[in-house]
Amino acid sequence: MTFRQRKRLIQASPWILLVSLTLLWEVVCYAFSVPTYLFPAPSDIWASWLEYHDPIMRHATQTLFTTVTGFAIAVVFGLILGILVGSSPLIYKAVYPLMIGFNSIPKVAFVPVLVVWFGIGTVPAILTAFLISFFPVVVNMATGLATLEPELEDVLRSLGASKLDILKKVALPRSMPYFFASLKVAITLAFVGSVISETVASNVGIGYLMISASSTMDMGLVFAGLVVIGIMGVVMYEIFAFIEKRMTGWATRGTDPGF
Amino acid sequence: MDLVEFENVSMRYGEEGPMAIENVTLSVRENEFVAVVGPSGCGKSTLMKLVTGLAPPSEGYVYLDGKQVSGPQKGVGMAFQASNLLPWRTTLDNILLPMEIVQEYRHRFRAEKAKFQEQGRALLARVGLAGCEDKFPWELSGGMQQRASICRALIHKPALLMLDEPFAALDAFTREELWCMVRDLWQEDPFTVVLVTHDLREAVFLADTVYVMSKGPGRIEARKEVNLPRPRDLAVTYTDEFAELVFELRDHIGRIREDTQ
Ligand SMILES: Nc1ncnc2c1ncn2[C@@H]1O[C@H](COP(=O)(O)OP(=O)(O)O)[C@@H](O)[C@H]1O
Ligand SMILES: [Mg+2]
Repeated sequence: MTFRQRKRLIQASPWILLVSLTLLWEVVCYAFSVPTYLFPAPSDIWASWLEYHDPIMRHATQTLFTTVTGFAIAVVFGLILGILVGSSPLIYKAVYPLMIGFNSIPKVAFVPVLVVWFGIGTVPAILTAFLISFFPVVVNMATGLATLEPELEDVLRSLGASKLDILKKVALPRSMPYFFASLKVAITLAFVGSVISETVASNVGIGYLMISASSTMDMGLVFAGLVVIGIMGVVMYEIFAFIEKRMTGWATRGTDPGF
Repeated sequence: MDLVEFENVSMRYGEEGPMAIENVTLSVRENEFVAVVGPSGCGKSTLMKLVTGLAPPSEGYVYLDGKQVSGPQKGVGMAFQASNLLPWRTTLDNILLPMEIVQEYRHRFRAEKAKFQEQGRALLARVGLAGCEDKFPWELSGGMQQRASICRALIHKPALLMLDEPFAALDAFTREELWCMVRDLWQEDPFTVVLVTHDLREAVFLADTVYVMSKGPGRIEARKEVNLPRPRDLAVTYTDEFAELVFELRDHIGRIREDTQ
């Protein structure tokens, strides 16, 4: 195999795997005559998509909106808190245990509280997406800032640099790889948050669509919803992976971080 | 006139820790090249932190330019064993970093950027890095990175240059090349240097005065003037006179070892 063929194979591998698994799934469902209301075959899911794609798209748009909004708030909030935590040992000591404790609480437990405060629908979904996804941003930002080489700091301080100078010129740019890596994790978590909230307390969104479809045993539609969430997650992840590569190519010394 | 002065300086890390250096008295004249040699852990880096005000002495006084040091100094150039160049900046932008920070230049950095860049290019050319201006640090070899690191410490024409084992991670050939580079920079346009090293040949080849420190707690064991004529050629390191000087200093360190055992 030449180098180029190898490279092409590596690029195509996720698609090959996806197609093979789908085929296997179809064959298993067909061979064992699995009933659709228990476990639909890919062809059943496709049929549901063709039948319901308008409502699916409407609900998906809602989920995408709540996810991205919650994620955006999480990024801004996480960035600010991360900078505070990472640049002050006092704030670090004070905030960390609290944050770990908070992050250990399953966010689904918050949804009823949010419903009491804000009613059902969009707001609790946004807030749940936010609550579940800010943590990795904070931790990564703080880690990036706190691991600044002491000698580099010495070089700057002996030039008369203020704390703000060090933050702006060195610490922040240096933390960007950590930051972008956290975005990839956070966006996928944000989907988890918004869908959980929609499942419990909403009448719009993919989560709601799946709950209502499962109550009528329409498994084809439930799985169609799952697939749509998965696709949205992968697309958003890839977008942030691309931005990461563009913004912090220096961190991988110009080589492809994928391999 | 003395640029740096230590008066019976002792320093410990933390409240109860052992002394890192003890009762150090030394002075550095303006434009003098001073080397401090000693075994690893004897407090050489601590000495550097005291000079630049990054750490306060526990006892005694440190003066820089006649004023007592009480907090980080402004505009001292430093270079370490690791080049610490910023990987997202090109070599030229890396060495211009001090211009964006030092009080004297920062407010006119933007307006006079072209002029500063010209200065940066000229300095890079002097150390043999012409053509590397737009390369990123990770595209340079270790020796070239270290050259750039020293350029960064010198670009703002500091009154004092502090070098903390800047050649320790290089191979022997590259190290000698960099000795000559520092020698030439200093010879052409003298500045005050404190070079910390554990290499006696390096110290004798480059310095006017060599201080020998004992193993921790660091004390000054000996002070030796090096009166080899300047400019010094690398060939001087193979003369008997040079060998004798190195031998004498080595003897002091040997004695320290025996004492501690
Ligand atoms: N940040 C620090 N905290 C506590 N002890 C330190 C610190 N830095 C250095 N020391 C101690 O001070 C002594 C001198 O260290 P250092 O100045 O780094 O020596 P050298 O540079 O000569 O190798 C060592 O015993 C070391 O353990
Ligand atoms: Mg040291």
